[in-house]
Amino acid sequence: MELAEILFLAFASIAVVTAIFTVISRSPVISALFLVINFGALSGLYLLLSAQFLSVVQVIVYAGAIMVLFLFVLMLLRPEKEDKYFVVNRKMKIFAVIVGLFLFGQLAFAIFASDIGQTVSIESSRSEQIGKIAYIGENLYTTYLFPFEAIAFVLLVATIGAIVISKKKLD
Amino acid sequence: MLENYIPIFIVFTFAMVFALLTVFSSEIIGPKRPSKEKLSPYESGMKPIGTAEERVSIKYYLVAMLFIIFDLEVIFIYPWAVKFKELYHGSAVTPAIGLPVFVSMLIFLVVFELGFLYAYKKGAFRWD
Repeated sequence: MELAEILFLAFASIAVVTAIFTVISRSPVISALFLVINFGALSGLYLLLSAQFLSVVQVIVYAGAIMVLFLFVLMLLRPEKEDKYFVVNRKMKIFAVIVGLFLFGQLAFAIFASDIGQTVSIESSRSEQIGKIAYIGENLYTTYLFPFEAIAFVLLVATIGAIVISKKKLD
Repeated sequence: MLENYIPIFIVFTFAMVFALLTVFSSEIIGPKRPSKEKLSPYESGMKPIGTAEERVSIKYYLVAMLFIIFDLEVIFIYPWAVKFKELYHGSAVTPAIGLPVFVSMLIFLVVFELGFLYAYKKGAFRWD
């Protein structure tokens, strides 16, 4: 096997296992921590798809900032005390299994019905370049300069909005 | 291309192994001889009520939210820092742009720091 294949199998299996643990663990905080590992494995998968920028963003923004926010929400609300959400009745279980199987069938059909390798266009060779950080840097600060500066304003609005909403007593 | 990332993989693996080792080594190596007296919180003290996990204050939430926004700022500086030299001096594929590359980032940061200034003036970082 090639290095890329070994890495893919490693990252994919970590992603699947941690995703299962995220769903089945009773404590929401533990489940959120498994999600962090899952994001790490996904970042590795992005790297294998030569989407380096996305891979870095996945680690810095998702595993770093968003998960901190998730954990604070979980620690703030303490959802494990809400016992009523953990009660599973029989009807719900049957319905959940049916819906799960339906979704699984849909995904399996989508994967196996598509002829992989046949529908890849010539343009996809360019996609290897697009994910690179250098490519993004080359275009974002020249061709897409105006959207880039607009992002600053969008995030400025987000900052002000976050403060106005959460700080009730403004002085 | 993938070979360039092997050092990063090694660093990540080393960091992860080191972190897990430091956390769990004391758990594994350390001797444990628990007794009823040792496990009680205080001798002739109060019995604990409820869980040890307290609810955290909502103030942390605001800090986390501001952290996300400033984290995104870092994300946008990153490709700029990677490509700055080539955009400034020019390369085989890109013409030299010069000072505007620097100024564009400066405008971005100034607009951003307006938000920081607002947060500071409104006392978002004050812990009252």
